[in-house]
Amino acid sequence: MRQYFKNIFIAIWTILVGLKLTFKHLFVRAVTIQYPDVKLKLPERARNRLYVNIDDCIGCRQCEMACPVDCITIETVKALPNEDLGVTSTGNKKRLWVTKFDIDISKCCYCGLCVYPCPTECIYMTDVYEFSEYKRHNLIYHFSNFTPEEAEMKKRQVEQFELEQKMKKAKPAEQVPVNNPESGEKKS
Amino acid sequence: MPEIFNMLIASFIPLLFILIYAVVILWVEIKVASHVQDRLGYMYTGGFHGIAQPIADLLKLLTKEHITPANSDKIFFTLAPVLVFASSYAAYAALPFTSTFIAANLNVGIFYIIAITSFVVIGILMAGWSSNNKYSLLGAMRSVAQIVSYEIPTVLSILTVVVAVGTLNLQEICEIQKGGISSWNIFKYPPFMLITFLIYFTASLAEVNRTPFDIPEAESELVAGYHTEYTGMKFAMFYLAEYANMFLVSGIAAILFFGGWSSPFGKFLSSPGWGVFWFVSKGLFFVFLQIMLRWTLPRLRVDQLMYVSWKVLTPISFVNLMMVGLWAILK
Amino acid sequence: MATFEITTRSVRGDLKTDTMILNMGPQHPSTHGVLRLELVVDGEIIVDVIPHIGYLHRCFEKHAEQMTNYQQVIPYVDRMDYVAAMGNELAYVLAVEKLMGLEVPERVQYIRVIMAELQRIASHLLAVGTYGLDLGAFTPFLWCFREREKILDLFEITCGARLLYNYIWVGGLSHDLPSEFGKKLKDFLKTFPKALKEINDLLTFNKIFIDRTANIGVLPPDVAINYGCSGPMLRGSGVKFDLRKNEPYLVYDRFEFDVPVGEGKMGTVGDCWDRYYVRVREMEESLKIIEQAWEQLPPGDVHSAIPKKVRPPQGEVYFRTENPRGEIGFYIISDGHSASPFRVKARAPSFVNLSVLPEISRGYMIADLVAILGSVDIVLGEVDR
Repeated sequence: MRQYFKNIFIAIWTILVGLKLTFKHLFVRAVTIQYPDVKLKLPERARNRLYVNIDDCIGCRQCEMACPVDCITIETVKALPNEDLGVTSTGNKKRLWVTKFDIDISKCCYCGLCVYPCPTECIYMTDVYEFSEYKRHNLIYHFSNFTPEEAEMKKRQVEQFELEQKMKKAKPAEQVPVNNPESGEKKS
Repeated sequence: MPEIFNMLIASFIPLLFILIYAVVILWVEIKVASHVQDRLGYMYTGGFHGIAQPIADLLKLLTKEHITPANSDKIFFTLAPVLVFASSYAAYAALPFTSTFIAANLNVGIFYIIAITSFVVIGILMAGWSSNNKYSLLGAMRSVAQIVSYEIPTVLSILTVVVAVGTLNLQEICEIQKGGISSWNIFKYPPFMLITFLIYFTASLAEVNRTPFDIPEAESELVAGYHTEYTGMKFAMFYLAEYANMFLVSGIAAILFFGGWSSPFGKFLSSPGWGVFWFVSKGLFFVFLQIMLRWTLPRLRVDQLMYVSWKVLTPISFVNLMMVGLWAILK
Repeated sequence: MATFEITTRSVRGDLKTDTMILNMGPQHPSTHGVLRLELVVDGEIIVDVIPHIGYLHRCFEKHAEQMTNYQQVIPYVDRMDYVAAMGNELAYVLAVEKLMGLEVPERVQYIRVIMAELQRIASHLLAVGTYGLDLGAFTPFLWCFREREKILDLFEITCGARLLYNYIWVGGLSHDLPSEFGKKLKDFLKTFPKALKEINDLLTFNKIFIDRTANIGVLPPDVAINYGCSGPMLRGSGVKFDLRKNEPYLVYDRFEFDVPVGEGKMGTVGDCWDRYYVRVREMEESLKIIEQAWEQLPPGDVHSAIPKKVRPPQGEVYFRTENPRGEIGFYIISDGHSASPFRVKARAPSFVNLSVLPEISRGYMIADLVAILGSVDIVLGEVDR
């Protein structure tokens, strides 16, 4: 019987304690941030959208290797000897045309593993986090300076050059058919 | 002819009141909830603190598609929300908003309200059964068990008040408590009337399915209980009925224990216009209390609910009734 | 009071009753994700529970074998128990380091301890909050989230991510602590006990909450051990077993802290309330550890021990740590020549803890099942992997 009344008393008491707390919190300042109007400053290390400074890229494919979800696709073309690609801002000499540098940001898991191995620090995570799109293919970011046609042209140029080089080398060795389609195909 | 016209107006006023009150209280509920939880809640619609959001919500519900589950009992499924709302709306008829306005001044007003609100049970059971959903059925069964068993402490505590004041007419009950704060029923026969009020308030929480007794619609267990399958305006009807019921039981609490439309300062500010203000604000205070309780407490389990009703509230209210009755005889 | 006689097919007078199968989940508010429970119920009383898992299966173990190096597994490990990603990383990294025989600097070890304990608090806050939600109390949930947000802010300034960190690396850490970390941590340590007290007052010692959880889902210690339960599940049953004390890793042996166990304060030892309260008290203990670790934090370079190439010698290793949900273990086989693991097997605490659910929920009511499931505190990302 005592337990019975004690239970009732405890029930009422704890409800009152709870009510007091919730009533107190009615007047506590809300912690909500009115997001689209007010934006918090992200910390320096925030990992959000990837960005590639393509002018600094030397096409070493380290980031492509490091990516655990394979969201980076890189294609490179060797520069011709008479072309000077210049140097990156970190002083590395560029030897490859980066004809394709695509990041499928919808696959990206924001782990940041691609950032660390980059020798020229040209791939990094920015603090941009609002990049939703209506079409999924818009989430594939093309960072390369080359359009697909230009890339194709570049590729053919190099093939042409290599073929010429080979012919030059092969001429003394004689008997190489000049326009062998098979050898051309193999190279491509 | 003018009589019918008068009746129409008299019946229209509570409906208007319910609709306006529902919109306001929806906003208040969300705002109380969010501020208790250190949030802001909605802030955009309508400018100041999302004041127009309930209206937008209602419009959204109005435009939504009515989905009737394939194997449901179509007639009952459509009828249930109407019945639930109608019964709580009908109860407003006997609610004295002020000394000069009451839709139907019945001699057995409080009895009528108890009787008519029992219809809610039928509506809920209809909804749960006709949905042909196990969760709905479980919710409806729980609800019926709950409302039926909590009607007993409710009625007993109301009976205690009736013993004390000697009338069933709500208008007269208010009339008796007219002399300011000291003549309110809650301060009569101390402390029994206070206990009676506590019992009534607890039991009424269960009657309207509010936390800690929101077991019929317990969303973490039964998804949404008896209205799981409802969409659009039918769903809104359940909601409207719930909020209408909340004010109904709060209004009855205000009438029975806190003088209804009578001013707490005796003759001061006691004109009929102020009467509406006093009644509505007293009622809203208890609605606010219900909202605060909802955002404070976890919910009970079905058997604990029954325990509270049959083993705590009912015996105590019996004792209370006897004590008040004895006291009234001896006086 | 709470248990009922189980009658699979009872005949009451002329009325024949039968059991009903109720499908709970995968879309249900309180199955904590995509768990599907097939309930055999007699009215509201549970006769049997059959959990169906696998809705979130992502082939973690196979993925790990397909990676090009050990480092790449870490983002996948993060996604196992996604509310306690630091703990997962820690276990995996410690396993790889043990395989390689790598010694890491003291500073790294201390920072790892701080991070793991902060993560424990964050994870338990979520567990406590959602438990309140399961029982119908909404407010503690948001209060817990408010506090958890502060911890996530700490993680964000440290490594840039709020949930899936990729912070703990083989041999070191991705970043050293930022300069403002200390101040923010101190702020948190100061304000958190107050917030915890409020949550306790509002939820833990509420009579309704106690009635809902005490004597419900009692897990006796021997059953807990037989099922391989770990973490708060095991300690709630009164078994004092914590890997941080029993098998200290990192620098846990240098700190003073208690291992809270269930005492049956409100009912029987091993009931839902005990499991819940063990979590609450573990948060307090974690605070103690963080305070001590921050005071003892030595200077040093967190990158110095990171190997150029993670290529462990041929062999196999099992390493286990105490995650917020229990014992997480990684079994790794290295073939010695490739740069990726030959086999990774994860022992996920949630998965093991979930297996005891049918055992402890028979004979209770549907409402109790929600309470029991909440007290098991599963994360489906880890159950299904």
